[in-house]
Amino acid sequence: MTDSKRIVIVGGGHNGLVCAAYLAKKGREVMVVEAAEQVGGAAVTREFTPGFKVSSCAHLLYLMDAGISRELGLETHGLRFARQDLATVALAADGKHLTYTTTAVSGGDVSADDRAAYPKYRRRMEKFSDVLAKLYTREPPRLGTHNRKDLMSAARLALDIRLLGRDDMREFLRIAGINMFDILEEQFDSALLKGALSLDGMLGGSLGPRSNNGVFAALHRLSGQVGGTRGALALPAGGMGSVTAALAQAAQMNGATIRTSSPVASILMDGDHVCGVELEGGEKIDAGIVVSNADPRTTLFDLLGARHLEAGIVRRVSNIRMSGKAAKLNLALNGAPEFTGLGADQLGERLVIAPDLVYVEHAFNHSKYGEHSVEPVMEITIPTVHDTTLAPSGQHVLSAVVQYAPYDLKGGWDEAARTAFTNQCMEVLGRYAPKIREQVMHTELMTPVDIEREFRITGGHWHHGELTLDQALMLRPVPGLAQYKTPVGGLYLCGAGSHPGGGVMGAAGRNAAAAVLSGE
Amino acid sequence: MRSRGHFRKNVYPSPFHSRLEPLNKLKEWGRWHDYLSADTYICDSKEYFAVRNTCAVFDLTPMEKTRVTGPDAFAYLDRLLTRSVEKVKPGRVGYCVWCDDNGRLLDDGTLFHLHEGDYRLCSLHPQLDWMLTSAIGFDVDIRVETHEVAALAFQGPTSCAVLRKMGLDDIENLKPFGIKHYAFAGTELMVSRTGYSGDLGYELWIDPSAAEDLWDRLFEAGELHGIMPFGGNALDLVRIEAGLLLCGKDFLPADGTVRPERTRSPFELGLDWLVDLSKPCFNGRQALLEEKKNGSRYNFVKLDIDGNKPANDSFIMLQNKTTVGHVTSAMWSPSAKANIAFASLEAPYGQVGEEFLAEIYYQRELKWTRVLAPCRVIDHNFFEPPRRRMTPAPDF
Ligand SMILES: Cc1cc2nc3c(=O)[nH]c(=O)nc-3n(C[C@H](O)[C@H](O)[C@H](O)COP(=O)(O)OP(=O)(O)OC[C@H]3O[C@@H](n4cnc5c(N)ncnc54)[C@H](O)[C@@H]3O)c2cc1C
Repeated sequence: MTDSKRIVIVGGGHNGLVCAAYLAKKGREVMVVEAAEQVGGAAVTREFTPGFKVSSCAHLLYLMDAGISRELGLETHGLRFARQDLATVALAADGKHLTYTTTAVSGGDVSADDRAAYPKYRRRMEKFSDVLAKLYTREPPRLGTHNRKDLMSAARLALDIRLLGRDDMREFLRIAGINMFDILEEQFDSALLKGALSLDGMLGGSLGPRSNNGVFAALHRLSGQVGGTRGALALPAGGMGSVTAALAQAAQMNGATIRTSSPVASILMDGDHVCGVELEGGEKIDAGIVVSNADPRTTLFDLLGARHLEAGIVRRVSNIRMSGKAAKLNLALNGAPEFTGLGADQLGERLVIAPDLVYVEHAFNHSKYGEHSVEPVMEITIPTVHDTTLAPSGQHVLSAVVQYAPYDLKGGWDEAARTAFTNQCMEVLGRYAPKIREQVMHTELMTPVDIEREFRITGGHWHHGELTLDQALMLRPVPGLAQYKTPVGGLYLCGAGSHPGGGVMGAAGRNAAAAVLSGE
Repeated sequence: MRSRGHFRKNVYPSPFHSRLEPLNKLKEWGRWHDYLSADTYICDSKEYFAVRNTCAVFDLTPMEKTRVTGPDAFAYLDRLLTRSVEKVKPGRVGYCVWCDDNGRLLDDGTLFHLHEGDYRLCSLHPQLDWMLTSAIGFDVDIRVETHEVAALAFQGPTSCAVLRKMGLDDIENLKPFGIKHYAFAGTELMVSRTGYSGDLGYELWIDPSAAEDLWDRLFEAGELHGIMPFGGNALDLVRIEAGLLLCGKDFLPADGTVRPERTRSPFELGLDWLVDLSKPCFNGRQALLEEKKNGSRYNFVKLDIDGNKPANDSFIMLQNKTTVGHVTSAMWSPSAKANIAFASLEAPYGQVGEEFLAEIYYQRELKWTRVLAPCRVIDHNFFEPPRRRMTPAPDF
């Protein structure tokens, strides 16, 4: 066994950086080894065509743990927000858009009943997501042990649910596992509102409105806070890359070193314990502990090798569902796009195309059979409305999460498929912004296959593995790995594939750091 | 045989069937996976005594045989099995067990290292699912060859003499757990000095097309050496005397067992010698390390029981009648002249020399009687003649 005190963190995604910062803060010798030229992973700002920068994957910040921002002093390390309180505009082809914030819904043809129901729906979802948020800052309990820590944390979960009160507890247990379609149909009349809200449960996942687990995913999405507001949406100034730049700075100021352009080829073993990593170039770096920010399958199969694990856990890891269905469409525009019926003051909000639940379900249906949606759903931001650093003056960037674009597209994502899907997206966009095609100077489409290649995420999956109840909490990524520590001596996981899951939140990174420290 | 429609036939005659059939005086067949297999050919005790006093043949063809080849064959098996596979050199056979991630036995078997990097794993039950699961991440080829290899267990004191008479050169110098290959009827006959009887004995492996030839030559050579077939019942008796476990009787395969307390680890079956915890990774290692640290739940023991009433299914009790375990296999051993049994006892009971009571029920002329027979834990096999290990193997 090596006597190295060094902790190597494989991958400088935001979770790897958070983990590095916390470990360095505790005086550990930490080295982050990142494959890409810049840190950040899927939370990164890149120039996608000369003069135009965009948040390549993640574009909205809503999950970042407030405790982490504070404890690591992200503002002192340069994190600023272009906006912290984006509203959502549900686009309607006839221009009768509807707008909602964390507290109210207005516009469109929304009924008085819906206006009254919306805040109630929102408060209840927030209350429920609070139960999750409490779980997110701690290691999930292991099941079936008689260990005091496990029993306590299981008891705390039960208590948190009990403390919701009788009616809410019942409602929580009723809806937590079910689908968005049913609960939205119960609460609202407006098709447009229901369609838009359903996306909270769909984005990043392999689900449609009628798929179970949608409510759980929506609760996950609402579990964060920005500026003290639960479920608020923020745009970091300079794009998502500024979040990870601030994290990198925090890690470095605490003494961590960061190496970029250094892909790790393998995790080195001495007996049953890690002893370092080997880079693709052949260079070896000693380490007593290796923490991986790469997804569980990349970490355990590609870098470690399944042979260093027992077969049961290997089977579980190989069965993790992690086939991405979200693509990213980034457009460089020569001017501000015009959406029918949308005032210039609203152009900078979060715009969604999901006109009704059936539309979303249809979009999803294709993906079940290895096809991309003919009429995709979209979550659009135009960050240049608030942030002039991203594009030449007067010009704009449109950043859109587009679904469903299945990783395992029948026939593969060849040029023809990419063009066909891009055309579908433009056709749909054109229904809302008729002149937009003429404004496009450059198009970047990132399918899950591109995301897998460029960000080294298996399946290009948003969460490094579906975030569903069977792959959540103490089952995430799989039983036996949920406490960040793997069965391999000195090897830990810290990425989105671990509890509590994906999104730019940092909780997995911080919890993993705590697990490393408590394992010493 | 593994063709479409295989399921319609449901059960198959073994390649030796034409020879077994006339010898099966009772005309009763059971099944062992895909094959007809006889528990008794004529009389269990007659067959038993043939194994012990002359020689007898058991049709081993239904045994699950899985071939493991490819660049990672060794590494794969070393991760699959709890023992060190390094120690099973080419041309050698090793007894082995394998576990799930909880360190509980899935099955036991014999690993044949046929040629460098070319292995055959034999087991009572099909293991393909677990073997394929275990293959993720290894460059190995795993192929079930149960139906491509006809096999006989040929056991008993005169077995070596018969094989010599058959013309198998130098067979007497084959060491226990060794393998030899012979040209035979235009194909290859593989002979291993292995078996389930605890006595001198061999196993013969051949292409099914030459199976009948092999049988005929063997019976011709063995005629004056008391050769006869033996069935599953006699086999069960000799293996108990030899101290060998039977999956399904002495332990349950963990993947088919609902209640976790009914499964057993190798330590709980007295198989510590088959577990090499110094290997960096094998299925079950983490759990077995924990068990080593925290202690096992059960001890597996051999019992010498007073009296002559077989202790089948008996409870094992302390002197104060508290039940601490039960018998898994039992018999009156004619060879050892002892009443013997295997039992699973709650830890820490089961130290060598410890005395218990076996609660035995038996019936005589329709009248049931219960005895509490004193018994004690012993550490040797009930039957272990020196010729089992002697090389050159003696003639009888
Ligand atoms: C299209 C899309 C849109 C999204 N939109 C949002 C959004 O709006 N808001 C939001 O909160 N979340 C969003 N997400 C999710 C979010 O981006 C991810 O969940 C999050 O970034 C994961 O962070 P991470 O640090 O765990 O992993 P990653 O960001 O994936 O970081 C892992 C790092 O490890 C590195 N790595 C992998 N293998 C190696 C190796 N062998 N050697 C060295 N380095 C290696 C990678 O290069 C990468 O930098 C989106 C995701 C996608 C795909």
